[in-house]
Amino acid sequence: MARIGVFVCHCGSNIAGTVNIAQVMAAAQTMPLVTFVADNKYSCSEIGQTAIREAILKQKLERVVIAACSPQMHEATFRKTVAQAGLNPYLLEIANIREHCSWVHSNDKAAATKKAIELVKMAVAKVARHEALFTKEIGLTKKALVIGGGISGIQAALDMANAGYPVILVEREPTIGGRMAQLDKTFPTLDCSSCILTPKMVEVAQHPNITLLTYAEVKSVRGFVGNFEVEILQRARKVDASKCTSCGICWQKCPEKIPAEFNLGLGPRAAIYTPFPQAVPNIPSIDLAHCRYIKYQEFVARGEEGKKPPQCRICERLCPPQAIDWEQSDQVLVEKVGAIVVATGYQTFDHTRYGEFGAGRYPDVITGIQLERLLSASGPTEGEVVRPSDGTHPKTVVFVSCVGSRDERMGRAYCSNVCCMYMAKQAILLKEHDPEVQSYIFYIDIRAGGKGYEEFIRRAQEEARAIYLRGRISHIYQDGKKLIVRGEDSLLGRPVEIAADLVVLATGIEPSAGAKELAQSLNISYDAHGFMVEAHPKLRPVESRTEGIFLAGTAIAPNDIPGCVAQGSAAAVKALAVLSRPSLVSDPMVAIVDPLRCTGCFACQRACAFNAIDSQVTRDGKTIAVVNESLCKGCGLCVSACRGVAMNLKGFSQQQLLAEVNALWR
Amino acid sequence: MAGRTYAYYPGCALHGTAREYDVSARLVCQTLNVKLQEIKDWSCCGASSAASLSPLLGIALPAHNLKLAAAMELPITTPCAMCSYRLKTAAHELKDEATARQVSEVLGSAVGPEVTVEPLLQVLSEDLSFPIRKPLTGLKVACYYGCLLVRPKSVLQFDDEENPQTMDRLITALGAEAIDWGLKTECCGAGLPLARPDLVHRLAYRIISLAQRLGADCIATACPMCQSNLDIHQKEIEAEHGEKLGLPIFYFTQLLGLALGFTPRELYLHKHLTNPLPLLRAKGLG
Amino acid sequence: MTIPDVIRPPLSRPLLIFIEAHSGQPVSRCNQCGKCTAGCPAAWAMDLTPRQVMRALQLGLDNDVLASSAIWLCLSCQICSVRCPLEIDVAKVMHSLRHRTQEDKTHPGDKNIARFHGVFRGIIHRYGRIYELGLAGLNNMVSRRPWAHLKLFPAMLRKGKLPMRPSRIKATAEVKNIFQKVAALEERFSTPSELTKGDR
Ligand SMILES: Cc1cc2nc3c(=O)[nH]c(=O)nc-3n(C[C@H](O)[C@H](O)[C@H](O)COP(=O)(O)OP(=O)(O)OC[C@H]3O[C@@H](n4cnc5c(N)ncnc54)[C@H](O)[C@@H]3O)c2cc1C
Ligand code: SF4
Ligand code: SF4
Repeated sequence: MARIGVFVCHCGSNIAGTVNIAQVMAAAQTMPLVTFVADNKYSCSEIGQTAIREAILKQKLERVVIAACSPQMHEATFRKTVAQAGLNPYLLEIANIREHCSWVHSNDKAAATKKAIELVKMAVAKVARHEALFTKEIGLTKKALVIGGGISGIQAALDMANAGYPVILVEREPTIGGRMAQLDKTFPTLDCSSCILTPKMVEVAQHPNITLLTYAEVKSVRGFVGNFEVEILQRARKVDASKCTSCGICWQKCPEKIPAEFNLGLGPRAAIYTPFPQAVPNIPSIDLAHCRYIKYQEFVARGEEGKKPPQCRICERLCPPQAIDWEQSDQVLVEKVGAIVVATGYQTFDHTRYGEFGAGRYPDVITGIQLERLLSASGPTEGEVVRPSDGTHPKTVVFVSCVGSRDERMGRAYCSNVCCMYMAKQAILLKEHDPEVQSYIFYIDIRAGGKGYEEFIRRAQEEARAIYLRGRISHIYQDGKKLIVRGEDSLLGRPVEIAADLVVLATGIEPSAGAKELAQSLNISYDAHGFMVEAHPKLRPVESRTEGIFLAGTAIAPNDIPGCVAQGSAAAVKALAVLSRPSLVSDPMVAIVDPLRCTGCFACQRACAFNAIDSQVTRDGKTIAVVNESLCKGCGLCVSACRGVAMNLKGFSQQQLLAEVNALWR
Repeated sequence: MAGRTYAYYPGCALHGTAREYDVSARLVCQTLNVKLQEIKDWSCCGASSAASLSPLLGIALPAHNLKLAAAMELPITTPCAMCSYRLKTAAHELKDEATARQVSEVLGSAVGPEVTVEPLLQVLSEDLSFPIRKPLTGLKVACYYGCLLVRPKSVLQFDDEENPQTMDRLITALGAEAIDWGLKTECCGAGLPLARPDLVHRLAYRIISLAQRLGADCIATACPMCQSNLDIHQKEIEAEHGEKLGLPIFYFTQLLGLALGFTPRELYLHKHLTNPLPLLRAKGLG
Repeated sequence: MTIPDVIRPPLSRPLLIFIEAHSGQPVSRCNQCGKCTAGCPAAWAMDLTPRQVMRALQLGLDNDVLASSAIWLCLSCQICSVRCPLEIDVAKVMHSLRHRTQEDKTHPGDKNIARFHGVFRGIIHRYGRIYELGLAGLNNMVSRRPWAHLKLFPAMLRKGKLPMRPSRIKATAEVKNIFQKVAALEERFSTPSELTKGDR
C-alpha cells in the first residue's frame, strides 16, 4: 500500500490566518495511509519545494497531497517538484484550502478549519487511487495563421515571418491595412498614417515567408494546438492576379459607380476597384453585386422577359494583359497550421441609432472616420475639408464624444479609448488646414493616459485653440445651413448652443462584423459585445483561453496603434513559443473507454464538443467508442453521458471521485 | 379604423380652450365613419399636476376613466396628447400588481390594464386613403407632435421619439408638404402658461421661429396644450422679440377637415388667435 | 439663508435614499454628463440644472435640492429621461422630489408653479374636470397677481375659448372619494421616515 505525505501550506497568513494549521496537521496524521505530515510557510517558494522533495526521498513517499492554493495557480509547479524527487508527477493531489476555504470563510475560523480537514481527507482518499500517467509527444505544423490584416495582424505576421516561420495572412477585404489605412495623420506624433503603414504592407506582400490571401475568409477550424486544420474561402476577384499589371485602366473606365466603402460614402468607386491607390495587393476585384455584366448574366440565367441589361464587359475589352477572368470562381483552400493569431479589428458604432443626432439624415453630421477621409490628401476631396451638403469650407466645427460609448442606452457601457485623442488630433489638423476653423469639443472626461497624450491635448487647446466643453450633447438639428448643437457646459452649469457648419460624431469602437461567428468557429471565448476574451486580463493579455490561439489589437478591446502594434508583436512571440518547440506534450488526463463495458451507443460521441470520440471494431466484431487522445481536452462530458460506466477520465476516475465522497462520510 | 367604434374621451380642454379640436375631430370622424361614443360622465385625467404631486393620484384619476371605458367594452380614443399619455401610462402602470392593488383599493373595484388607448392621430392615420375633396396642394406644414404623444416610447409604443412620422404621412396624404425639421418633439411649456408665461413664450418662440425659417406656412398639432401655447401667445411673443410671426397653428383634424371639404367656419378656424384665414385664402383653400 | 464657506457633504444622505426608493431610479449612478440639462427646455430658468439636482442629491445637499426651483420648473417633458445615457428617468426623480416637498411642507422653490398645481388639483377635486376660467382666476388670486394674463382674457373670451361655467360631472362624489383614499393610502405606505432609515 502506498505511503502518502501531506504538506499543509500557510501561504503566509493567507491560509494560516484563518485555518488552524496545527489542527489540520493533527487530523492528517490519523488519515489512512498517511505516513508523513509537514507544514510550509510558502510551499511554492524555493525553500518550500526543497522541503517537499527532501521529504519524498527521506520518507520514501509514494503519493503526495499538498493543501495549499488553487491548482490553477501551482499544480504545474508542484508536479515538477514531485517529479524532481523521482515521483510520477500525476501521483500528486492538491487540496485547495485557500480559494475554497480560508478566503471564503475568513469570518468563521472553526468552520474553515473543519472544511480544510475535510478537503485534505478527500484528497488523501483520492490520491491513494491515483495511477501513474505518462505524457506523449505529438508533432506540430510549424506554420502560423493570422486572421485580419490590419496593423495588429500585419505586425504579428511580420514578426513571425522574420523569425523564420511561414505565415498565412488571411484578410477579408481586397487589401490589407485595415482601418489605419483610412487615417490621415496619427496622434500623438502626427506622422502620416500611410507613410508608416504602406512600407509594412509592402513588406508583407514581398516577404518570402508570408502567403497573403486577401478577399478571403476563414470558413472553419478543426484540431488543436500545433495541429489546426483550417478551411479558407478565397473569393473570386474575376481578375487573374498573375496577369494583372495594376495599370488601372479597368477601374478608370468602368461605367458603374457606387459609393466607396473605403471613403465611407464620401466619394464613388467603380464596380471593378481597388479600395485605395496604395492597396496591397494592388489587384482589382470585381464587386459582383454591382458589376453590369454579372447582372446581365443573372438576368439571362433567370430567363426573364423584357429588356436585357447591357452586357458591358468594358474592363475585359480594355485590359491590356487580358487579365479579366469571368470563369474564376470561389475556392476553398485547406491549410495546416500550428498556431493562430486573431486580429480581426473593429468597426465604428452605427450613429444612426441616435435619433437626437438626426439618425443620419443631416449630411453635415459626419463621423470621425469620415473626417479622416476628408483630411487625407489621398481622400475623396484630396485633403480639402468641405461640407458634404454643399462643398463649402466649414468654419465652426463641433465634436461630439462618446457616440456609442459609455452609453448604456445603446448597450455600450465601455469607453472606446481612442476618441478623446483622435478628436484632439482632428482639431489640430483642421486648424492646420484652415486657420479660421474654430473647433468645439464636447467631452465627459478627457482620457489621455498614453505617453505624450496629455501634452497632445494641451496642444489642441493652446495651439489649435480648440474649446473644450464638458458635457454631453443632447440634440442636433438643422436650421437653414447651420446645425444647432445643444449641450450643457457642465462646468458652468449652463445650457449651451452652438450653430455649427459641421458636426463630427466620435463614434465608438466595436468588434468588426462576424467577430462572434469567427470566435465560435475557433472555439474561443468572446464577451457580450463580441470582443475576444483573454486567458487572463493582466497576465495573459494576448492569449485566448484556447491553447494555440492568440489575440491582438482591437479585436480584444478598443486600442490605439501603439497598443495594437505591441499586442501584434506580443501575440507573435506567444505563437512562436509554440512553433519553436520540437514537439508538443499531450496532457495525459484524458478520457478512456473500458472496451468490456462499452455497448457502442455513442452517447459520448454526441456529447463531445471536440470531435474526440472515434469508433473502432473489436476483434469479436463489436463496434465501440475510442478516444482520440490528441483531440480530447479532458472535459469529462462523455463520462457523464455514458450510461454504462464505460467512460472514465484519467486522474478523475469514477473510483477516485467515489473515494472522495466516501471519505467525507467516514 | 373605418366602421370601428371608440369610447371617446375628449378631455377637459376640448370642452373649453380647444373646442375647435373637439368639433373638427367629430366632423372628420363622422365623414370617415369612425364612430365616437363619448364616455358618460368622464372625469379629468389629472394631467401633470396630479401625477407630479402624487404618483398614485396620477394613476387613479385616469384609471377611473379606464374603468368607465371598460364597461363600454370599447377601445378608448382621445384627441388630447396629455390625456392619452396619462391614460396609457395608467394602463401601463396597472400591469404592476402592487400598483393595481392600491388602485383598486382607491377605486373600490379592480381595473385591468387591458383597456387599449389610442390617440386620435393614431386612429385616423391607420388608413390614409381619405375621400379628399380639396387637396391641400402648396401648403407647407411643420408637423409638431410635442412631448407626450411619443415619449416615452417604452410606455406609449406609438412612434419614433425624435423624428415621428405619423402626422407627416397623414398631412402628405392630404396633398400638403410636410417639412423635415428638428423640433417635432421639443416641449412647448405644457401646462405652465398660467404659472410661468415667460417660460412658455421662450419655448414657443424657438419652435415657431424655426418652423418659419425652414419655410413652413403653418404648424399642425395634435394636442390642445401645444396648439394653445403656440397660438395664443404669438402677439406677446412678437412684442417681446420685436419680430413678426403670425404663423397659423392648426389641429391636424382641421387640416384633414379642410381636405375633406369642410369650410373653415365649420372647423372653427375662426377660433384661433393667430388668424389662419389669410394663409388659406392665399393658398386657395379658404 | 447664509451661503456656507465650503460644502461639507454630510455622511448620511436621507433624501437620496428616499428618492431612489420612491422613484425607483439609480440617482447614484449619474456620472454628471449633463445630457439631461442639455436637452431640458427649462434648464435656463432653473437655479439648479437637472444635472445639478442629481449632483446635489448624490452629495446629500438635501435642503438645496428641496428648495430648488428646478423641481417645479420641470415640465415633465421627459426629454432628459429618454436620452439619459445611463437610463435614469430624471423626470421621475423630479416628480418624487415634488412629492417629497409636499409631504415635508417645504417652502417651494417656485411658488407660482407650486400654487398652480395646487389650484389645478383643487379644481379637479371640486368639479371632477378642469374649468379653465376658474383655474386662471383662482391661480391669479392665490398667486396674488389678480391682473396676470389680463391681455389674453378678452380675446379668449371673445373667441369662446373660456366658457363661463364649469363643465361639472355628476359623479363628483366619486372623484372626491378618489382623492381621499389616495391621501389615506399614501399616508400609510410612503411615509418618508420608513424609507430613509439609515444610510448604506
Ligand atoms: C476616427 C479614428 C481615428 C483614429 N486615429 C488614430 C490615431 O491617430 N492614432 C492611433 O494610434 N490610433 C488611431 N485610431 C485607432 C486605430 O484605427 C486602431 O488602433 C487600429 O487601426 C486598429 O488596428 P487593428 O489591426 O486592431 O484593426 P483593423 O484596422 O480594424 O484591422 C482588422 C482587419 O481585419 C479584417 N477582418 C475582420 N474580420 C475578418 C475576418 N473574419 N476574416 C478576415 N479578416 C477580417 C478587417 O477587414 C481589417 O482589415 C483611430 C481610430 C478612429 C476610429
Ligand atoms: S443625463 Fe443622466 S447621467 Fe447624464 S447628468 Fe443627466 S441624469 Fe446624470
Ligand atoms: S422632464 Fe423636466 S427636467 Fe427633464 S427635460 Fe423635461 S423639463 Fe427638463
